[in-house]
Amino acid sequence: MRHILSILMENEAGALSRVAGLFSARGYNIESLTVAPTEDPSMSRMTLVTRGTDEVVEQITKQLNKLIDVVKLIDLAESAHIEREIMLVKVHAQGSYREEVKRLAEIFRGSIIDVTASSFIIEVTGAQDKLDAFLNALEEQSVFEVVRSGATGISRGEKGLHL
Amino acid sequence: MELSGAEILVQSLKDEGVEYIFGYPGGSVLHIYDALFKQEEVKHVLVRHEQGATHSADGYARATGKPGVVLVTSGPGATNAVTGIATAYMDSIPMVVISGQTPTPMIGSDAFQEVDTVGITRPCVKHNFLVKDVRDIAETLKKAFYIATTGRPGPVLVDIPKDVTDPAVLVSYEYPSKVSLRSYNPSVKGHKGQIKKALQVMLAARRPILYTGGGVILGEASEELVSLTKKLGFPITNTLMGLGSYPATDRQFIGMLGMHGTYEANKAMHECDTLIAIGSRFDDRVTGKLSEFCPDATIIHVDIDPASISKNVKVDIPIVGEVKGVLKEMLKLLDNGEFTPNPELTVKWWERIEKWRSYNCLEYDRKSTLIKPQYVVEQLYEVTKGEAYVTSDVGQHQMYAAQYYKFNKPRRWINSGGLGTMGFGLPAAIGVKLAHPDADVACVTGEGSIQMCIQELSTALQYKTPVKIINLNNGYLGMVRQWQEFTYESRYSHSYMDTIPEFMKLAESYGHVGMRIDKKEDVRGALEEAFALKDRTVFLDFITDPTENVYPMIEAGKGHHEMRLAPGMITDEDLA
Repeated sequence: MRHILSILMENEAGALSRVAGLFSARGYNIESLTVAPTEDPSMSRMTLVTRGTDEVVEQITKQLNKLIDVVKLIDLAESAHIEREIMLVKVHAQGSYREEVKRLAEIFRGSIIDVTASSFIIEVTGAQDKLDAFLNALEEQSVFEVVRSGATGISRGEKGLHL
Repeated sequence: MELSGAEILVQSLKDEGVEYIFGYPGGSVLHIYDALFKQEEVKHVLVRHEQGATHSADGYARATGKPGVVLVTSGPGATNAVTGIATAYMDSIPMVVISGQTPTPMIGSDAFQEVDTVGITRPCVKHNFLVKDVRDIAETLKKAFYIATTGRPGPVLVDIPKDVTDPAVLVSYEYPSKVSLRSYNPSVKGHKGQIKKALQVMLAARRPILYTGGGVILGEASEELVSLTKKLGFPITNTLMGLGSYPATDRQFIGMLGMHGTYEANKAMHECDTLIAIGSRFDDRVTGKLSEFCPDATIIHVDIDPASISKNVKVDIPIVGEVKGVLKEMLKLLDNGEFTPNPELTVKWWERIEKWRSYNCLEYDRKSTLIKPQYVVEQLYEVTKGEAYVTSDVGQHQMYAAQYYKFNKPRRWINSGGLGTMGFGLPAAIGVKLAHPDADVACVTGEGSIQMCIQELSTALQYKTPVKIINLNNGYLGMVRQWQEFTYESRYSHSYMDTIPEFMKLAESYGHVGMRIDKKEDVRGALEEAFALKDRTVFLDFITDPTENVYPMIEAGKGHHEMRLAPGMITDEDLA
């Protein structure tokens, strides 16, 4: 099962490599990982998407909690949450296909942020499956570069990840 | 008080109450060595190889419960220390390692003796630090000692670039009286509801067994364990790391369990209905084949580390907490009459265990004219009256020591259980002897292991640490040879050393007493003579039977009931 771990950690040099090292050393899998500072400059927040059985994910969270730099963590997938990922796609767009790409971008609430005579760059934001669907909607040969940020997320309502 | 970084470091060690520091100087720690030179409280032990420094500090820590402290230089100094750090990490031993580093402006430039020490050690430390500012040294050291010694203990490394200890830069010094980390809260009390639930299950058990490990020793909970076991009247088995936490000569003790555990301990594990695991971590050498582990048991697990619970084996009643506190709570519930053990429930269970015990699985060929390694350990036990601190290396000799030396007190048995580090025994013994100068300290080793840190014989002379080295010399890497005999049709691939030094002469050239014993009738006398030489390190080279194997044995991937026993032994299965 897919799990989204949201981790608050000390904003210390090497904190990221402790997490990444733990995953490789224990053979866990990282699907995506994003990290950036938070409203509190002494901490950064990491969103890590992983897959595993309940037992494996339980071990992952216990092992993460053991890291001295990890302040707190939650598994977003356990309750109502919002998940977003940003994707930039560069497509070949010439002739009638230019209109087609524009329409598709609109349907997916994407925006075209760079235009040349032969290409567009489209920015799309959403959950993983929406971005996958947009890529599937484009003609396969037209896509020549895809950049995805990896998922980030937040839990709904009052509940959240604070100190 | 204004001090330099190097002086702050040394002063911090004093304020932390550090007695010994095991180390080896080099370029990036020269400022620190100069500060050490100007004082006498912190005694420095100059080892002959950095691996020795970590093992000596480790032995000191295991024998005292206090953190071991190490000082090494950058680059090779740090990498040589890694084996010893990993050894301490696997056995949860409190240790603080200070390593020098290339000056801050040169970090990352592939400077002379530069390695990414923080990166290299990250997977084998509880935590590590790189100190970039002289004003952070005292607080970082305080944190390092705090993290190393609390919760589930472990090694912590502090990497200090040379410019940070510059004698020309003076800053004010104050050693923090306490430290708290918002992300680290090590003190955990066991949940009272869970403790009651566990006791309920325990007291209803008909085939219970206590399986206890190194956590009892690390948590100083031996006394509570003994009281609880006595009150419950249950059989108890110890892991390799837990030996000594319960007196081995007591009737309720049924020996070590696991790969080379006793017949009765492993049989009892396999057939128990209630398993009470305390400060043990279900290591693969203990469990054998997981799918056949304790098939009928309700499993209770007390451990300070939540990550140890249900890691390898699914636990029914977990109790996360300090072992000592949990056992005290259990004792309280038994003492105030809320729970009462019923000895009648386990009468039949004990009858079966006594039957298993009567097979005497540790019996060996006593008529042989060769020196049997088991015999040497038995004699060592008698000569030292069971009171010695015994360190070991890794292999057959380690198992013989664990099986035949009956440890009655905690912290007496000192070995590398988790990592299985050859070369551990001698430097560890030096650390133990420094901690307990009046005690007998023996290092049980083999001709393979001893050569991995033999250079520490020189340290033993310089610091006058008279230990007795019991070398069980069978000419083979015995445990490898044994596996090759059992599973590779006796193809002894590279497990025989064609050339071995004359240890007697070697010991003498290091300034010690050397003895070579090749007759069975000389074993006892040699041991008595060696231990009578109170102020000398003695190397006893026992020429033992090269074909002897360690029994019982559960081969890798088999269950507790599938033991290979010494040839000629009769068991239930034979009789059935």
